Amino acid sequence: MIELIWTIPLIPLLGFVVLGLLRNQLPRPVIAVIGCGVILGSFLLSCGIFKEVYDARQLGESGVFSKEIFNWFTVGSFSLNLSFLVDPLSAIMLLIITGVGFLIHLYSSCYMLHDDGFGKYFSYLNLFIFFMLLLVLGSNYLVMFIGWEGVGLCSYLLIGFWFKNSSYAKAAKKAFVMNRIGDLGFLIAIFFILANFGSLEYSEVLPKAALLPMGDSLLLVITLLLFVAATGKSAQIPLFTWLPDAMAGPTPVSALIHAATMVTAGIYMIARSNIMFTLSPITMQVIAIIGVATALIAAFIAITQNDIKKVLAYSTVSQLGYMFLGLGVGAFTGAFFHVLTHAFFKALLFLGAGSVIHAMSSEQDMRSMGGLKKALPITFITMMIGTVAIAGIPPLSGFFSKDEILAYAFVSNPVFWVLGFLGALCTAFYMFRLMYLTFYGKFRGTKEQEHHLHESPWQMTLPLIILAILSFVGGALNIPEALGGGHWLKEFLSPVFAQTNAVATPFELSHSTEYILMAASAIGAIIMAFVAYQKYVKKEDIPQADGATEQSGLYKLSYNKLYVDELYAALFVKPLNGLSKFFHRIVEKSGVDGLVNGIGDLFVSSGKGVRQLQSGHVGFYIFMMVIGVIAFMLYGLFTI
Amino acid sequence: MDSLFQNMQGIPMNHYLIFCSIIFVIGVIGVLIRRNVIIIMMSIELMLNSVNLLLAAFSAYSGDPSGQVFVFFIMALAAAEVAVGLAIIIMVYRNTKSVDIESLSKLRW
Amino acid sequence: MDNLFILLLLPVVSAIILAFMKSTSAKWAAFVLALLQLGLTIPFICNFVPDASVQFSQSWSWISNLGINFHVGLDGISLPMLILTNGLIPLIILASFGHQKTGNFYALISFMQAGLVLVFISLDAFSFYIGWEAALIPIYFICALWGEGDRIRINMKFFVYTFFGSLLMLIAIIYLYQQSGTKDLSWTTLTQLSLTEGSQRWIFWAFFAAFAIKIPLFPFHSWQPDTYTHAPAAGTMLLSGIMLKMGLFGLLRWLLPLVPDAVASYGMVAMIMSLIGVVYGSIIAFKMNDAKRLIAYSSIAHVGLISAGIFSFSQEGLQGAVLQMINHGISVVGLFFIIDVIQQRLGTRDLKELGGLATKMPILAICFLIILMGAIGLPLTNGFIGEFLLLKGIFSTAEHGVWYAVIGGTTLIFGAVYMLRFFQKAMLGTAQKDVLDIQDVRGYEALLLIIISALVIIIGVFPNCLLHLSEASVSQLLQQIK
Repeated sequence: MIELIWTIPLIPLLGFVVLGLLRNQLPRPVIAVIGCGVILGSFLLSCGIFKEVYDARQLGESGVFSKEIFNWFTVGSFSLNLSFLVDPLSAIMLLIITGVGFLIHLYSSCYMLHDDGFGKYFSYLNLFIFFMLLLVLGSNYLVMFIGWEGVGLCSYLLIGFWFKNSSYAKAAKKAFVMNRIGDLGFLIAIFFILANFGSLEYSEVLPKAALLPMGDSLLLVITLLLFVAATGKSAQIPLFTWLPDAMAGPTPVSALIHAATMVTAGIYMIARSNIMFTLSPITMQVIAIIGVATALIAAFIAITQNDIKKVLAYSTVSQLGYMFLGLGVGAFTGAFFHVLTHAFFKALLFLGAGSVIHAMSSEQDMRSMGGLKKALPITFITMMIGTVAIAGIPPLSGFFSKDEILAYAFVSNPVFWVLGFLGALCTAFYMFRLMYLTFYGKFRGTKEQEHHLHESPWQMTLPLIILAILSFVGGALNIPEALGGGHWLKEFLSPVFAQTNAVATPFELSHSTEYILMAASAIGAIIMAFVAYQKYVKKEDIPQADGATEQSGLYKLSYNKLYVDELYAALFVKPLNGLSKFFHRIVEKSGVDGLVNGIGDLFVSSGKGVRQLQSGHVGFYIFMMVIGVIAFMLYGLFTI
Repeated sequence: MDSLFQNMQGIPMNHYLIFCSIIFVIGVIGVLIRRNVIIIMMSIELMLNSVNLLLAAFSAYSGDPSGQVFVFFIMALAAAEVAVGLAIIIMVYRNTKSVDIESLSKLRW
Repeated sequence: MDNLFILLLLPVVSAIILAFMKSTSAKWAAFVLALLQLGLTIPFICNFVPDASVQFSQSWSWISNLGINFHVGLDGISLPMLILTNGLIPLIILASFGHQKTGNFYALISFMQAGLVLVFISLDAFSFYIGWEAALIPIYFICALWGEGDRIRINMKFFVYTFFGSLLMLIAIIYLYQQSGTKDLSWTTLTQLSLTEGSQRWIFWAFFAAFAIKIPLFPFHSWQPDTYTHAPAAGTMLLSGIMLKMGLFGLLRWLLPLVPDAVASYGMVAMIMSLIGVVYGSIIAFKMNDAKRLIAYSSIAHVGLISAGIFSFSQEGLQGAVLQMINHGISVVGLFFIIDVIQQRLGTRDLKELGGLATKMPILAICFLIILMGAIGLPLTNGFIGEFLLLKGIFSTAEHGVWYAVIGGTTLIFGAVYMLRFFQKAMLGTAQKDVLDIQDVRGYEALLLIIISALVIIIGVFPNCLLHLSEASVSQLLQQIK
């Protein structure tokens, strides 16, 4: 099975090539079958791989396999192979990518059916899966980097999918450029790793890194640079503003790329290099602080957004912040567990939102929705499950994963816990706000929209149902000891985090404290759900159109996304554009080129001056000649 | 030949030098201050001839006939120069009805 | 057939034939002759043994009483350049099919090819200099006769500027000729001269000036944007695709081995100049609305990075430079061709007047995207391998390598900014001009774009086929320097 590992990314690549070339020739059903079929194929192969890893783990082995595909390039002593590595971590990621990916492909086959670019859409989506698989399967940092940049390209293509709208095209560009800032960090980190460890293979770099002392400055630099890369890809402060704008893409894309898979690449990368991070406590602190700050700020912004996808986008940013908080406090398993559950419930929520948008004839503003419960029962129920899960109410999956992170945060520093807890309260509030505004109350849209309301067909509801089930039971994968669970995921992943576990201080928290923390967050979430219910269902306090009522300063701050975009525009975009004009108009014209032209002009003008002597008066010429002869004679006289 | 040398050596060298210098300077001044092209040509001849005389004198004093050979060269050259120069002057005169050197001042930048 | 002389003779003969041909048949004849030249290059590629030695070496006594020989040969650095020249020129000729050009135009291209080939294969400073100038004269006429706008004045500046640099180099060559005891100008003799520190210094600057103007490096670049924008499409491609590689190649072949001590002490200055060019060119490219000028400035940034890689004196940097020269040639020809296609279709290349072309020209848009991704160095395209190796080389520079790499690495970000802006303004959004009757690329246009896109990906996935050519020669060169 492991021998066939290369087919997992190859199949989607073939799908991309076939669909890309024949996108206008093939009929739509065939495109849908090919597009979904290749991902299903990959998924089945991934299941086989997973089973192999699982069996190996059952036998007590580490479950790590690697396979070299071909030598990519060799320069001097440095040789880089395109090679794959399967271990418990990448095996689970494989399942998420191909599994959730397949569901979203299936969903798209209906959602995008009437779009002109149906074939193009599926080819891009297949290409994305290919790059994402490369990212998680790579056995060295450069192969990961291929995937890392490749998914960025696909994200660019899919955000700008409806490129006729130039603001969408701009959003796509913004995403790509912001990701590139992170990518530069990644590349420099790769150079550091290569220069100091002599290789990029995980199997060589990580053991060597493990030998370094705690707090080593080299590791500090490498991990900080890797974290910069992660902030770009996983939308953390300060590079998070692209993700909300990325909602310009089709909704299934938001579900797949900007919720379930690509944005978690940063967490995957840090989890993959966990030992380097564990050995640099300063980086860990930075990650935790950035993570918790992102979680809070994004949750704060999400409270006032009215676009259903924007709320989910900020929610994603916020949840990613939790994952980084988890990484920062050393809860690698917890963070990864949250990646897993988040993939289920956030994909579910996005697909549900897509179903709503589909039913509402492309309306995304929640102010025009309401009372959709009856028209969209399956969407409503599944989304409610997703909401309960993300809000962290037991026994759904989000509760377990978020709680593990928060428990670790509490051990690391109670302040993190308090902030994380506040963020969780916001999460519960804005998610229930979304549900209430969308599904409860009276319908606020146009008559025509009301007439068109319909539940989506099976291709769209089936993925919703499956994801809802997964969101419901996903928590069972890693039930903490305090609740009598066996920490299955932690055990399964332990070979990946073995080096960290050997160094890091073990997690110790009395069961009673853990119960209190769990109860606090669960009760808090329920209270927030109730508050939202009071506000949006009982009082029907529907947000007004822009500028209709005077709002408090805090509300405005949240509504305008803390003015971060404006800040960046003032800090970076405008100065750079100004610099560009300055360089072009001043430095280039008068400086560099001015100097060159100046030298040319010098000769021209000196020629102009000297030619005055050529007056045409022969008498003058003769006079000058005589003067010259006399001068020579005098010179001769005085030198001899 | 020898008697010619002796006759020439009868006059001291200094006299030749001073005499030639005077003629040469007259020629130079003539070239510089006169505006009539023909007179300028004549002045140039004057300068050439002063040099010829000096060459002949030195040749006689040093007993080396090659100086006189040069004199012949210069005379031949001067004849050619006068032929060409006068032809130019005639053409100028035909066009401008003047032999004033200033009438040619259009040949400039 | 493995006589290098034939590669010089054929373009000259072609030039003479083409000069007497009518315009309709000339373009096909030129294309066939260029393909023939490419075909004749293949035996050299196949028979080349990838080691450090000079192969297919040929030497004739030329001006025997001055000791000047005509000496040519190939090694791992010049072979890629030869492939680039002979591979790109058929494409450039193909690219000019849409324009009605006379036989003279193609004759000049062929003549220039002879000069370029001579530059890359000569192992003698004298013939190198002759090739160097022989390549300049045809391109001057191509740009001055078939260009647009204020072409005479601008080409005058270009010619005089580059010629000024060449003369400095000529002085240095003459000095070296005096210094060599055997009165010999062959590469082997000159590189073994032991020069004093003072003479090394000025020889370095004389050669460097010639190469830096040709490349062009900041701040010697000011001829370049104007010349590119006012040249005909084929002229721009020749200039940017091949001719500026003469300068980079000159650094590798002549400057580094000739004056190793001076290179060691002034290399950092050159490195910093190159890096300034990277940032400066990129930043100016941000706001350019003339597409050709945008690519011209981006080209300054790209070649700045290549030159910085050369001055890193590392295996990766130098091999990356050789590879990236080819990559840059490929992608820049593609980009200029796309601009030319757009300009032919719409009559403008001003980004403010373009937009929404992707709907009408999907094939163009896809190829554009692939070439663009190559230009900004996305993994699995050719540009990535080049940029990765260059940056790795720069990173390993002894002092402050990290910071140099960071500054050079900004091209990753800035490149994305201006290239995507270009793509967005031209291809995406809604159409600004009436584009209803615009047709997608067809026939030779599609063929050309597909070839270039394919090369972008093939080199990106299998770079080893080019990298192994230069490996041994580069490591020998590095040993020579150290």
